[in-house]
Amino acid sequence: MSLFGNSIFARTIRALMIAYLIRRILYAIPILIGVNLLTFALFFVVNTPDDMARMQLGVKRVTPEAIEKWKLQRGYDKPMMINSAAASIGKLTDTIFWQKSASMFVLDFGYSDDGRSISREIATRMGPSLAIALPTFLIGLIIYVSFALLMTLFRATALDIAGVALCVLLMSISGLFYIIGGQFLISKLWHLVPISGYDGGLNSFKFVVLPIAIGVIGGIGSSSRWYRTIFLEEIGKDYARTARAKGLSELRVLFTHVLKNAMIPILTGVVVVIPLLFMGSLLTESFFGIPGLGSYTIDAINAQDFSVVRAMVFLGSLLYIVGLILTDVSYTMVDPRVRLQ
Amino acid sequence: MKRLAAYLLLTLLAACDGGLWNNPYSAAEAGKPILYTAFTERPKHLDPAQAYSENEYKFLANIYAPPLQYHYLKRPYQLVPLAASAMPTVRYLDAQRRLLPETASAEKIAYSVYEIHIKPGMRFQPHPAFARDEKGELEYLHLTPDDLRDIHAPGDFAHSGTRIVTSGDYVNQIKRLAHPQLHLPIYGVMSEYIVGLKEYAATLQQALREHPDGFLDLSAHALPGVEVVDDTTYRITVYGKYPQFAYWLAMPFFAPMPQEVERFYAQAGMKERNLTLDWWPVGSGPYYLSENDPNRRMVLSRNPYYDSERYPSEGEAGDAQLLADAGKPLPLIEQVIFTLEKETIPYWNKFLQGYYDASGISSDSFDQAVQVSVGGEANVTDAMQAQGITLSTSVATSTMYTGFNWLDPVVGGNSEKTRKLRQAIAIAVDFEEFVSIFANGRGIAAQSPLPPGIFGYSEGEAGMNTVVYDWSAGQSVRKSIAEARRLLAEAGYPGGVDEKTRQPLVINLDTTANGVGNKSRLDWMRKQFDKINVQLVVRSTDYNRFQDKIRRGDTQMFYFGWNADYPDPENFLFLLHGAQAKAGKGGENAANYSNPEYDSLFEQMKNMENSPQRQAIIDKMLAILHRDTPWLWGFHPKNYVLQHGWLHNVKPNVMANNKLKYWRVEAGQRDPLRAGWNQPGLWPLWLGIVALLLSAGWVWRVLRTRENARSG
Repeated sequence: MSLFGNSIFARTIRALMIAYLIRRILYAIPILIGVNLLTFALFFVVNTPDDMARMQLGVKRVTPEAIEKWKLQRGYDKPMMINSAAASIGKLTDTIFWQKSASMFVLDFGYSDDGRSISREIATRMGPSLAIALPTFLIGLIIYVSFALLMTLFRATALDIAGVALCVLLMSISGLFYIIGGQFLISKLWHLVPISGYDGGLNSFKFVVLPIAIGVIGGIGSSSRWYRTIFLEEIGKDYARTARAKGLSELRVLFTHVLKNAMIPILTGVVVVIPLLFMGSLLTESFFGIPGLGSYTIDAINAQDFSVVRAMVFLGSLLYIVGLILTDVSYTMVDPRVRLQ
Repeated sequence: MKRLAAYLLLTLLAACDGGLWNNPYSAAEAGKPILYTAFTERPKHLDPAQAYSENEYKFLANIYAPPLQYHYLKRPYQLVPLAASAMPTVRYLDAQRRLLPETASAEKIAYSVYEIHIKPGMRFQPHPAFARDEKGELEYLHLTPDDLRDIHAPGDFAHSGTRIVTSGDYVNQIKRLAHPQLHLPIYGVMSEYIVGLKEYAATLQQALREHPDGFLDLSAHALPGVEVVDDTTYRITVYGKYPQFAYWLAMPFFAPMPQEVERFYAQAGMKERNLTLDWWPVGSGPYYLSENDPNRRMVLSRNPYYDSERYPSEGEAGDAQLLADAGKPLPLIEQVIFTLEKETIPYWNKFLQGYYDASGISSDSFDQAVQVSVGGEANVTDAMQAQGITLSTSVATSTMYTGFNWLDPVVGGNSEKTRKLRQAIAIAVDFEEFVSIFANGRGIAAQSPLPPGIFGYSEGEAGMNTVVYDWSAGQSVRKSIAEARRLLAEAGYPGGVDEKTRQPLVINLDTTANGVGNKSRLDWMRKQFDKINVQLVVRSTDYNRFQDKIRRGDTQMFYFGWNADYPDPENFLFLLHGAQAKAGKGGENAANYSNPEYDSLFEQMKNMENSPQRQAIIDKMLAILHRDTPWLWGFHPKNYVLQHGWLHNVKPNVMANNKLKYWRVEAGQRDPLRAGWNQPGLWPLWLGIVALLLSAGWVWRVLRTRENARSG
């Protein structure tokens, strides 16, 4: 069903919204070019194409000819930004920057420096990352919001204080501790799930249950405290008092009125991260042997693989922009007063 | 909602495959002779012309069958035929290509011709590149994008085939060592030896320039240094006398490569699907890569056509237990499952649970796993012994050293002053202590570049570095710090102060080590220099800058290491050969050490067969090195490997990478032990559920009470 019905007003709103979205998408182009330029500059300040070649070829028996050949094969023999030897437009296009950047705007990420298709790698590794990140995000969101509502419900009581203290305690513990502690208790001591590993399809359940549980528990502290603050601010407002005065139960006030009105700040923090769930988590994936995207970028930085670094930074920026646009759109869905113009 | 509940139920049911709850493998694998092991770093290359690192050879050496291999049990390391039917015969020719006697001196020998006979009837692994249609034509040589739509691995093709390995396949691979589109780590070395390889590379480069998008047909261009004699015989001609060439023949660089496989992978649309020779190798060895997900797991399955090898029937004294399978056809294990384990903690715990059959030992787990007796003998702890775990140790053919830059005016060069300074430092830096503190005793202090097991290495007093040690009560004892201070004073730095400038002596150590993890090591190194009042400045830098400094000879001292390519003294002693200097010459002599006397002895020694004469020359060379001290000799690491009782025939062999075919797994012994160790403890689950229900009930009750109070 259409969000605004089919009236002239609705059509105008829809047209304005589409115009807004197109404008935001156009804004994204210079942002992506800027991010690309910055990545390029930062990468090549630290690494030269010769360094990259040596990193790929190893330290044993590497000849200068091998380095030149490696650069030639991968297009790193060209000038960085301006090719003064080339004619006309070639001055710009026959450069490392252009050759490595232009194709990304049509989502052609090319090949990593060891010859693998980057798009294929991303496509293969995205699934396992999502298998952990998506349930962690959804279950986490439900638990954090519920726990925050519970603390709000029992505000200023011993239960609330205990809840806040628990949150502070959970926030103070390092994420690594949850992982190692969880693996020790659940997998090593009680033998309930495998310590690490992954399998496709339904078989993945036994491998993802612990990382998801740890991911959820690890986030309870900070998220629940944040949502509690939001709910406490809302619960003191006039509409909540009015609802209570009308005889609604406290539970009803919280779940139907306060929760709905607190959606804007919740969505601000939540929707923007949805597209980034694809990118995975470095620590969780490394310790649990999840073949996701979490370590792809950091491994590429360590291996000085510019092709992968620029592709992942580009994808990250693109997904972040998509997340921001989705956030804006989501505002209009929860609050009819918000218009995208 | 109902659908979601059904899906969740289905998921839970799928997860319960009737096996142990924490079993990371399928329950259907129970009882099968499968080896479970891990890899910590994904391989970059699986093309035998391109791969050159240990994490790549871990797979490749079991997939490809080069002509030679190292004997699994005998020591010192000995080459034996693998794909070859006998050891290659070598003929020596002079510059006019006239035959010379075997005893001819190296100077007279212009060419050495290696003739290799391969075993007849060996076959390649099953692969679609060999599949043929009804007409006998290769079935998958003209694929269209449509044909490849659902293809992501060689196993996705409907048909596969095999064929007999011929000498032409070996020759084709040697030609690939000059391929202009591949990264070829040994091209530099081989082009110096294989006759015509350099010119062949230029020819191929030209051919590629003329047809940049076409398939580069290596058979269309002749390489004078290799020759197919018949289907099972080929010859390789190398310049001069190069006895070490035989060691190269034991590496995957010289394994057979069928041209139809190259053509198969060269088709349009293959690379986009990661269907390349660098991703899906095709060999004739005991295993083939049946699953390749280097982010998760890689699986080697038995090559059904491999029937050319038997378990060795001879070994060293004390190998009786290892000879129980003598004469049995290899491999003894059906499948090897490698799982990626980036972190040591899960790896170690899964080993203890029986889900890995063997494991190394990280520093964190060392005390849990190993106890060292009063006599210094390492053994597993009682807890490990109770699990039936055993330990095998071996000294790696590696050396971890600290070099002095010979070009540096303070520590380098051949003057008496700098020599005594280096000797003083060599005495002060106590590598026995280093090994004890930082490697849990897993290493031996080096006396020279040569590790044990390499010809030229001498045990005891004969091999002792007399500059650093004295022989006392049957063992070598490090000289006193007083001796180091005396040498330092004679070098012109009494009490660590330059007698000319009256400034304290400061020495810089370049390293890529930084961060908290390395701080203790660097502090230890500073402490060693403090013993003789010399200040050590650690210049930590990133990898690129470090390599750059080494290349330019812009260091004073630096950490470095070397892992042997082959077990020959030449492969270690060349690291100090003047012609191999890193600065200016781009060689492997990172210290830029140069001593004409040493260089001349090296030239004599390098092409000699192992003999008392060669040993005498090596002894002279080592004496020069001891005197000049261009390195702090550092240490040779020791490998510690733990294995469960159900894994048999494991003997450390640091040169051979194709060991898996000899190993045997008793799955019948493994399964009940695993089951006993991994019974799920369900009480925490029930406790959790009860606690959750009680909390929910309590909250509900409180809420009801509050609501009642409000409404009342």
